[in-house]
Amino acid sequence: MLLIHCPYCEEERPELEFRNAGEAHIARPANIVAESDEDFEKFFFIRANTKGLVYERWRHVHGCARFFNAVRDSVSDKFIMTYKAGEPKPKKLPGAGK
Amino acid sequence: MKKYSVFAIAREAMRAHKGWEEQWSSPEPKKEYDVIIIGAGGHGLGTAYYLAKEHGITNVAVLEKGWLGGGNTGRNTTIIRSNYLYDESAGIYDHALKLWDGLSQDLNYNVMYSARGVMMLAHNIHDIQVFKRHIHANRLNGIDNEWLTPEQAKEFCPPLNISKDARYPVLGAALQRRGGTARHDAVAWGYARGASARGVDIIQNCEVTGIKRGPNGEVAGVETARGFIGAKKVGVVAAGHTSVLMNMAGVRMPLESYPLQALVSEPVKPIVPCVVMSNTVHAYISQSDKGELVIGAGTDQYTSYSQTGGLHILEHTLDAICEMFPMFTRMKMLRSWGGIVDVTPDRSPILAKTPVKGLYVNCGWGTGGFKATPGSANVFAHTIARDEPHPINAPFTLERFRTGRLIDEAAAAAVAH
Repeated sequence: MLLIHCPYCEEERPELEFRNAGEAHIARPANIVAESDEDFEKFFFIRANTKGLVYERWRHVHGCARFFNAVRDSVSDKFIMTYKAGEPKPKKLPGAGK
Repeated sequence: MKKYSVFAIAREAMRAHKGWEEQWSSPEPKKEYDVIIIGAGGHGLGTAYYLAKEHGITNVAVLEKGWLGGGNTGRNTTIIRSNYLYDESAGIYDHALKLWDGLSQDLNYNVMYSARGVMMLAHNIHDIQVFKRHIHANRLNGIDNEWLTPEQAKEFCPPLNISKDARYPVLGAALQRRGGTARHDAVAWGYARGASARGVDIIQNCEVTGIKRGPNGEVAGVETARGFIGAKKVGVVAAGHTSVLMNMAGVRMPLESYPLQALVSEPVKPIVPCVVMSNTVHAYISQSDKGELVIGAGTDQYTSYSQTGGLHILEHTLDAICEMFPMFTRMKMLRSWGGIVDVTPDRSPILAKTPVKGLYVNCGWGTGGFKATPGSANVFAHTIARDEPHPINAPFTLERFRTGRLIDEAAAAAVAH
C-alpha cells in the first residue's frame, strides 16, 4: 500500500484514504460542443500512460476530500512530490539533477 | 519437429530420454523479415504460428524483451469463457473458444484445456437481472450459458456456501459449461514450437528500443538491443507496454496500464471442480491440476509498470473467497504476483491497423486476455497478412474512440476491475 502525502492535510496517510483520479493537467475544453472528434478523442480517451514519471490526480476522499496532484515514478511507484490542485506542473522536481 | 505421441514416449523411455529435441530454436536475428511481431506471449506467438500455418508467411520473427511467455501469459488465472454480452465480443471470444477445443491436437502439444464450467455468482437483484440478460444475449449468439438456482449451484460446486446468513448470499448463478481453464505456459510453448517448426525465428532477450519509419512514414523496421532489424510489417502485441512501444512510432494510445494480481494456495486434494467468479464480492477461484487454488484479485487504482501491487488488494480478495468458501479460511497461500494489464476506456481490445502503414496493434485485452489467445492470434494474423481486418476483429478498431462506436463491455473480466 502506498503512503501518500496530502498537500492540504500536510501529512502522509495510507492509500486507502485516497482515490486515484487519473492523469493530471488535461484541460477540459472551454467549448466542448465545438470540439472536433479528433480533439475530443485526445481529451477524453488518449492517455500518456508513461513508463517513468507520471503526473496524476488524487482525491483525499476519506480525509479532507480535496483533489490534488502528484508526481510518481510508475516503475517504482515512489512518489516524487505532491502539490495542490490548480498549481502548474512543477518545472523542477525535488531530487532531480543529482 | 518430431511429433509427440505415445510411441515417442515409449521410444524415449527405451533410450533414457536422450532423443528429445529442443522445442523451438533460438537463432541469431536476420537482417530483415517480412513480419516482425513484438512480444512473445501467447497472442504474439500464436500470431506468428497462424501467419505461417494459414497464410504461408514464414519469414517472421517474434522479438521478446524477456523470456518467452514471461509476461501476462504466465501470470494470469487461466480462465476461459465466451459468455460476453455484445455481438462483437461474443464473436471474437467464441471464435477463441472454438479454437481452444481443438488446440492440443492442432499444436500436437497438450495445452490441458479443461471445459470444467465457469460459474458466475449472483448476490443481489441487479446481478440476477444482468446475468439473465447475458444468458438471453448469449443464446441469441449461439453461446451456451444457463441459469442455476442456489441449490443447483451448490450441486455443481459442493464447497460453495449458499447459506442465507452470508453477508452477500448466493441468489443464483450463470453457468457456461464450455468454459474452463487451460495450462497457460503450455499455450505459449505449444505456439512457439509450432511456429518455430514452420520457420519462425523466436528471439528472446531482445528488447525493442525504437520503431523506424521510412520516407513516406511507413514502417521500415525496429531498433533492438541486438541491432536494427528490417521489416515492412510490424505487429505490436505487448500488453502492458503497448503505449511505450506505440509511442516509438508516434502513435498515442487510449490505454492505461495497471497492476493486476493473482495468488495460489498450497496444493490440496481436488475440492473446487469448476471456475467460480463473483463480481459483487470480487473474487474468482479455480483449482489447478497440481491442486493449488488459483485466485484472481483486482487491479490497483493507479497506473503502474511495477508488476507488483498493494497487499490490501489481495486481502480484499481473500476476504471474499473465505465468504464464499468458509472451509478455506485455514488455507495457506503459497505465492502472489502481479502483471501489467493494458486497459482501454471501453474495456474491449484493439486488434487493428494503425495510422502508420505497416504497423498493426493487438492490445487492450485488459484483465481478461488469456481466454482469447487462439482467436485473437488467428484474426490478428489475418489482419497482418491481408492488410485488412478479419470480419471478427473488424469492429475492434483504434478509430472507434474517435467515431464513438465503442464496444462497451465495461467489465470484460466478469469482475469490475
